[in-house]
Amino acid sequence: MGQVTYIAHDGVRHTIELAEGETLMIGATSNAVPGIDGDCGGCAACGTCHVHIDPAWLAAVGPVTDAEKDMLQFADGVAADSRLSCQIRMRPDLDGLVVHLPESQH
Amino acid sequence: MSDTLATAAGPPAGYNLSYFPDVPHTVEEARRDAYSKRIEDVDVANPKLFHHDVIGPYFERLRREDPVHVFDSPMYGRYWSITRYADIMAIDTNHRQFSSEASLGGITLFGNGQDRAPLPMFIAMDPPKHDVQRRTVQPMVSPGNLRNLEPLIRERAAAILDALPIGVEFDWVDKVSMELTAMTLATLFDFPQEQRRKLTRWSDVATAVPGGGVIDRPEQWVEEMGECFGTFQKLWHERAAREPGNDLISMLAHGADTRTMPPFEFQGNVILLIVGGNDTTRNTISGSLLALNQNPDQYDKLRAHPELIPGMVSETIRWQTPLAHMRRTAAEDVEFRGKLIRKGEKVIMWYISGNRDADMIENPDHYLIDRARPRQHISFGYGIHRCVGNRLAELQLQIIWEEILKRFPVIEVTGEPDRVYSTFVRGYRTLPVRIPRRH
Repeated sequence: MGQVTYIAHDGVRHTIELAEGETLMIGATSNAVPGIDGDCGGCAACGTCHVHIDPAWLAAVGPVTDAEKDMLQFADGVAADSRLSCQIRMRPDLDGLVVHLPESQH
Repeated sequence: MSDTLATAAGPPAGYNLSYFPDVPHTVEEARRDAYSKRIEDVDVANPKLFHHDVIGPYFERLRREDPVHVFDSPMYGRYWSITRYADIMAIDTNHRQFSSEASLGGITLFGNGQDRAPLPMFIAMDPPKHDVQRRTVQPMVSPGNLRNLEPLIRERAAAILDALPIGVEFDWVDKVSMELTAMTLATLFDFPQEQRRKLTRWSDVATAVPGGGVIDRPEQWVEEMGECFGTFQKLWHERAAREPGNDLISMLAHGADTRTMPPFEFQGNVILLIVGGNDTTRNTISGSLLALNQNPDQYDKLRAHPELIPGMVSETIRWQTPLAHMRRTAAEDVEFRGKLIRKGEKVIMWYISGNRDADMIENPDHYLIDRARPRQHISFGYGIHRCVGNRLAELQLQIIWEEILKRFPVIEVTGEPDRVYSTFVRGYRTLPVRIPRRH
């Protein structure tokens, strides 16, 4: 349904196709995109699927949720563009989304 | 550190292991026992069940028949046992209704919010205080700092392994697990390396129950932890008087949100960092060797495929579950899975049980180093209190096994381990091993 591009810390790009409603975390972990762990399986409970939203896509993706804020406050290198990728689901207006991966998940 | 505080934070004065009923010594007998009781009589908070490693069937029955289980214990009072993975996750991530606050009883079975309260430490706090204290020490385990630590840990691991005797029995806990983790912990505190085994002793005493082999009497806890607190208080003052340094004591002594913390809060955090930064990794290092010996096909697989070390490390952390539980206190009346948990009641999240829940983990009773999603275990907890040092723990295990596989074709466990007497720390006091030869 829509494409998402993950840009690793070292610049390597992975573009994959996500089904509608599929999360960016599941997309990465089930397509061998390195750099996202997703230890808790998608409950915003571990903070290991941290991504930075590309500036061009910030508005479309929308604001961070309270559950994400709880976990993101302890993530390494957290910034205003930080999100947990398990909380972002593919939908038509996110086709082409670009996210940047942190150096490592923590 | 007043006597009152130490007395309230240590084991109860009347604590006596003989209070707890004796338990079966084999898993088969334990299974018969677990399924022959009335379900309402199942009391899993008996340290003897953990000491003899026969707790499994009791949790199995609770998961199946009464996953949110209440028991009125003369030792601990009324406590709820949460035994399924998904339910533990639900409580762990609901810090608004399920508090970690020390003054309500904190994070283990003992505290009752009245005469028994653990020292305040950030794992036993709720937001916002928890958040700022945790953020103060978190840089210690940042990816950048772990990268700096890695060569040091590797050099030490290599030296420890190179000094091991060949062809004779020795205690793996003492010579390897304790040594490596004590060295790491001393580095994190910038504590004198030559005194590092004081840290392991204090770590053991901090969670010990009288009569369990570490301390004999409750007063011994107060005496030994008093020495620990005195030592760290002195270090605090030294570090506070110096420029900020890159060690945990200095971080706390200079941190904007921690530098004015009362001494007992500093002591609480010291206990947290000593136990969290030492026991858990130590026991998982010992557990990894035991698990691979009990599952020789997995040991063979690891030897043939060293790239499976990260998966083996995560699987061992699940299999071992070095902290068997964490506790919360209901901040209000909560209806949970059809049961009414009243405000102030203890809620025990049994991680050891969640990690054996077949609804979440396929073949949970098998130790398999090549699982598809090995990191999906509950040993680190979830939510805001998730283990802050989890990557450092994994790093130490990863390094020790990379160095072991370079040196030794096999390390044999030659006898039964002596297990810790605790419903909290799931670990080993000794593990006899022998290394037949080097590569």
